[in-house]
Amino acid sequence: MEAEKINQLYFSDVNQPIRYDRRKFLKQLGKGIIVIFSLSELSLLQGWSQPTNARNEEIDFNAYLRVKEDGRVDCYTGKIEMGQGIITSLAQALAEELEVSIDMVDMVMGDTKLCPYDAGTWGSLTTRFADPVIRAAAAEAREILIEIASEKLAEPIGNLEAVNGSVFVKGNASKKIDYAALTKGKKIVRSLTKKPEIKKAKDFKIVGKSVISTDALAKVTGRAKYSADIKLYGMVHASVVRPRIFGSKKIAVDASALKNFNGAQLIEDGDLVAVIHSESEVAAKAAQSIKITWEAPESKANTETIFKYFEDTITQSTVFEEGGDLEVGKQNSEKIVQADYHDGYKAHAAIETHCATCYFENDKLTIWASTQTPFGTQKELADTFKMPLEDVHVKQIFLGGGFGGKIYNLQAVEAAKIAKISGKPVQLVWTRREEFMYDRFRPAALLKIRSGVDSFGKLNLWEFDIYCAGTRGTKLFYNAPNNLTRFFNKNDVHPFGTGAWRAPGNNTTTFARESHIDATAHAIGQDPLEFRLKNLKDENMIATLKLAADTFGYNTPKKEGHGYGIALGEDAGTLVAIISEVRVDKSTGEVHPVKIVCAQDMGQVVNPHGATVQTEGGVTMGLGYALYEEIEFDGGMVETRTFSNYPFTTFSKTPKITCVFMDKMNAAPQGGGEPAIICVGGSIANAVFDACGARVNRMPITPKRVLAAMPL
Amino acid sequence: MKQTIGFKLNGKKVTVAINGDESLLTVLREYLDNTGTKYSCGLGQCGACTVILNNQTSQSCITYVDAFENAEIITIEGLANNNELHPIQEAFVAHDALQCGFCTPGMIMNSYGLLLKNPNPSREEIISEMEVNLCRCGSYNNIVDAIETASEKMFKKL
Repeated sequence: MEAEKINQLYFSDVNQPIRYDRRKFLKQLGKGIIVIFSLSELSLLQGWSQPTNARNEEIDFNAYLRVKEDGRVDCYTGKIEMGQGIITSLAQALAEELEVSIDMVDMVMGDTKLCPYDAGTWGSLTTRFADPVIRAAAAEAREILIEIASEKLAEPIGNLEAVNGSVFVKGNASKKIDYAALTKGKKIVRSLTKKPEIKKAKDFKIVGKSVISTDALAKVTGRAKYSADIKLYGMVHASVVRPRIFGSKKIAVDASALKNFNGAQLIEDGDLVAVIHSESEVAAKAAQSIKITWEAPESKANTETIFKYFEDTITQSTVFEEGGDLEVGKQNSEKIVQADYHDGYKAHAAIETHCATCYFENDKLTIWASTQTPFGTQKELADTFKMPLEDVHVKQIFLGGGFGGKIYNLQAVEAAKIAKISGKPVQLVWTRREEFMYDRFRPAALLKIRSGVDSFGKLNLWEFDIYCAGTRGTKLFYNAPNNLTRFFNKNDVHPFGTGAWRAPGNNTTTFARESHIDATAHAIGQDPLEFRLKNLKDENMIATLKLAADTFGYNTPKKEGHGYGIALGEDAGTLVAIISEVRVDKSTGEVHPVKIVCAQDMGQVVNPHGATVQTEGGVTMGLGYALYEEIEFDGGMVETRTFSNYPFTTFSKTPKITCVFMDKMNAAPQGGGEPAIICVGGSIANAVFDACGARVNRMPITPKRVLAAMPL
Repeated sequence: MKQTIGFKLNGKKVTVAINGDESLLTVLREYLDNTGTKYSCGLGQCGACTVILNNQTSQSCITYVDAFENAEIITIEGLANNNELHPIQEAFVAHDALQCGFCTPGMIMNSYGLLLKNPNPSREEIISEMEVNLCRCGSYNNIVDAIETASEKMFKKL
């Protein structure tokens, strides 16, 4: 998919799995019991999948499992592991239904040759859509094993049960046969033909229990491999020569100084200019010796003027939601509150930069790439080199953080081009400086809101204009009968690449909405908690907010200079309520987070510990965008190029964080990797106002901005 | 012109041919295939490349031959004793003090250096010493818990 199309997807709510073309798969599978799961016309949304009339070799599926002849289980999914913990939670769901220990499950992830097609790991989709698929497949495999055991043990199926990798005769523990013996010499392939019996929450042994990450051992010993840890025979390191200004076109190249670097070789392909060498530091120094004349695009906006630029440039809008009559809303309102909100560009700043290691052999390309979309990378590479898709093999590898930034694969294309031209295996590791320009940043955004409220504190009017942040999570959950939400966007309005950043757009829109809800409450002298409870329409959101308030102790008196702030939001099917306590130093404007409570209604919690780690991680990362992170620029000239001028949350800035979940063990699981982060900005902004009276409408909420907004 | 230098890596003497201007990080990862130590910023601003050099923590991306020739270096690969994890590694696993795992080797090595000089640090001392190490996934609180656990276990043994 093209970047624009992908972005459209990421910045909207995703409420169903995305289906793709059928692929032939079965012939290459080895022996064992294989269950594939078909996604047919009647989607997972309606329960479980239905039989398709597809021919055997052509089946839609996005995960499958294989019980091997040694009794171990391989689970194949095109999803990738980047720290969000699905390598553990998916194995947990599989182990639960198949009745095996989680140690018996091997996850094979994101390998384009071994795994079925997957659109990519983003949007907190895995637990919502891959988890039910895997559970159903595992339940089916368990039923097949019981059928085979029934023959072998000459017992009716009803007398048998599967426990811990064996099938037992009920009431006779000595009469049993293990999965390895049942699978030996067999090749059984099944796609789901009926809705299998999935366990009820009360029968769970593994799901709902906290499990330590199955990849932790590899990660604490340094054995976990990332794309830059692959070393190939005869491999060279590539270093790309970059312009100072994004979008510059190459005019002339002077590589005369390259002769000073023994063994360095120049690679040129259009605007891509690189040096390769068997040693990375020599390649980097040699690349610095190359002088390129660039033609740079003219600057149209900078860090400060970009918001006005959006408003002046983007005139086209689409209506996302509307109801009632805005005029009636205005007439019936005692107070009208109007404000603009701003959010700057943010980097993903994953600790691992974009990397790729690759080689061509017999016109086939093999690549390890830090990518959230292995199949998207495969397609992009196949298109680049006009190769058949199956001749590009993207291998399974860990990612050192993604957060949406590794959905895009420029580094993979660059590495492969250099490998193709040089005829050598190539490793390309972007430097931090490159990362701070070719990362597709979270877009800056402008948000204009007008609200109206009557003398009883009921919202009557809600007008929300969103520039560049998308509509994900903006469906109104407050009861404002007269409302209009519009989305303004235009291609090429940003001076550099932008893209999906953990819960795309939703951090920005939630900050604006929740700040404005607070301002509206204060405009009629109501407590923000009371005001929200009065105006929310969804019972689940009310319950989540109450859980947060109780856990936080919202009625506890505040210390001098401290403030409490609430924000609510919805992302990836999960409801979020965050309450933050901050201390503001009124003389410097510095904001110190003291305590944060995050309550979520995320349906069934598969791995409570994993969900807590994700939620706490989201909140911790969120403090960065709320308080510190901003890319400074003038047109395509990015001025923020190192960690030292892009500060984010560190050890000392992390407060005590408490995560609580609504008890919904019988509900379907919802998103967990992204939701919590969306409410951090709004809750901090509201807490800052509560602490010192400064309403800061622009993120990050820097000391300077706090001081400027402080009442005299 | 290459020069051959030596140092002790995880208890074993190694010799390696270098140009002379490489960082220790490059020597470890590229020349000696110890890829557990990670590159992230190249400027000593994130701690992902932290190793122990003569019993002190050192950011290997900005450490050069004058400092590491003939030194004793410990990397993440040298902490476990055969298959027995070091108490810090054990505590990181027990607290699940990691997500993507990319900053983890640097975190563990900085913790190791901290506990070498201060076997029983307070929570504040842990935070202050670890402050240079960045984790984008947001596992800080679990990492502090893990270091406290490791310290308790190691301190009792002393």
